[in-house]
Amino acid sequence: MSYTSAGAERPLIYRQSGWTRITHWVWAICLFFLMLTGLQIFNAHPTLNIGIESGFEYDNAVLDIGARRQGDVITGYTNLLGWEFDTTGWLGVQGDKVQAFPSALTIPSNRSLATGRVIHFFFAWILVGTLTVWLVASAINGHLRALRIGRADLAALPHDIAAHARLKFHHTRDYNVLQKLAYAGVLFVLLPLMILTGLSMSPGFNAIAPWLLDVFGGRQTARTLHFITMVLLIGFFIIHMLMILAAGPINELRSIITGWYRLDPEEK
Amino acid sequence: MNRRALLGRGLIGATALSLSACKILDGANTRDTALRNTLEAVGKLSYRAQRLIGGGHTLAPEFTQADIRQGQRPNGSTNPDSADYVALASADFADYSLTVTGLVDTPLTIRRDALMAMPARTQITRHDCVEGWSCIAKWTGVPLGLVLDQAKPQLTARFAVFHCFDSIEKGLSGEVKYYESIDLIDAYHPQTILAYGMNDAPLPIANGAPLRVRVERQLGYKMAKYVHTIELVDSLANLGDGRGSYWADRGYEWYAGI
Repeated sequence: MSYTSAGAERPLIYRQSGWTRITHWVWAICLFFLMLTGLQIFNAHPTLNIGIESGFEYDNAVLDIGARRQGDVITGYTNLLGWEFDTTGWLGVQGDKVQAFPSALTIPSNRSLATGRVIHFFFAWILVGTLTVWLVASAINGHLRALRIGRADLAALPHDIAAHARLKFHHTRDYNVLQKLAYAGVLFVLLPLMILTGLSMSPGFNAIAPWLLDVFGGRQTARTLHFITMVLLIGFFIIHMLMILAAGPINELRSIITGWYRLDPEEK
Repeated sequence: MNRRALLGRGLIGATALSLSACKILDGANTRDTALRNTLEAVGKLSYRAQRLIGGGHTLAPEFTQADIRQGQRPNGSTNPDSADYVALASADFADYSLTVTGLVDTPLTIRRDALMAMPARTQITRHDCVEGWSCIAKWTGVPLGLVLDQAKPQLTARFAVFHCFDSIEKGLSGEVKYYESIDLIDAYHPQTILAYGMNDAPLPIANGAPLRVRVERQLGYKMAKYVHTIELVDSLANLGDGRGSYWADRGYEWYAGI
């Protein structure tokens, strides 16, 4: 449902329901804490492997962050797919702190796997609960339709990509096709993948759904996919922020805070 | 202000915000605060959910001989130095016996050879450390349920507590002996065994000789090594700090199925 303030040159419409706005901000908070507690948890074993187990007597690592001491000098290294980089000061070691990710990127800021896990699982439950609420509310209030990608959307895709590349944005009632792809990609692909790869690391859940381990190729592969999905979500977040700034942050923020969105004149 | 300048300011602001924001939950480190208790309370949903969906007898995945590609990585204590343990180890644990006590009708002391004469189960399973790594090994031992049945648990018993020879922490206040506990659902789970063998050989000291627990639907820290006594209790409040395990007393979840 949308209400238009009639007669305005650039009309304000009620674009985002309360359900959409509240769940959006709860996700934003959840993902912030999940990511930074996730890096805390990663620091307890800063290696990503492919397979059902971690190779200690053989090598199945795809990412390894660590530190080496030679005399008084400690250097941090990051090994990605066999390519090694000196990341002293950033990854592996920062000053006299030997840890993979720096304290500025972990919650809590001190080294505590126990506290990191407690906070991680708290927000994981909130995230799952909020996704469920959003899905039910959106199915009822019709918001899911806003993410449906139709033939017209696909036809508009090249034009839409060109418009975004030129930072030309059309403020319309409906999402454009790149928005639909991005939001649907996060809500129906990345977040479910995050939850399922997370659950695949749970030995209790492995007993409930052992087939899920086979889908992902083993617990350590699931852990690696969990990490990669996190990186993709950060990628989405960065683009999301840039698009808001480029498309007009006041209008975009008003719509996700109050629900009201100002359209371009031709949309009247 | 043009868009580019606004964009630049936004990025600087976001970076500053995230650098200071990482300390906002440092208060969650402190135990028994409202914040910590709230966070932990929601986390306990994992236990309820897994018991609800998984019930008592879903099995942890088992693997094949070909999946054993390395030795079992030892972690935590790897060589207890208490006098009683050292004495037992020097005789290759021939004089070891397991005590079963607490809320049982028939308290038991079972010698090592008697334990090894009981029906045994061998399973190739994945050991998952809370740190994040996994390691696959073959474990042989007596199902814990068979041992408990001999002792005849009383109706009020709810948890099995494992008392161990080792102590990780040796502070000024003295040694803190390792202990763990599981509910009786896990204690009677078919894959929960008291292992005395690993990878077709006697269980090495680094991995918990003479006897360690395997609780295959939980993380490694639940699988107490160097066990000398199993005690059945109706509450965990009177052990250690009252949270049911050495690591739970140090902030980790008592239920480690996740």
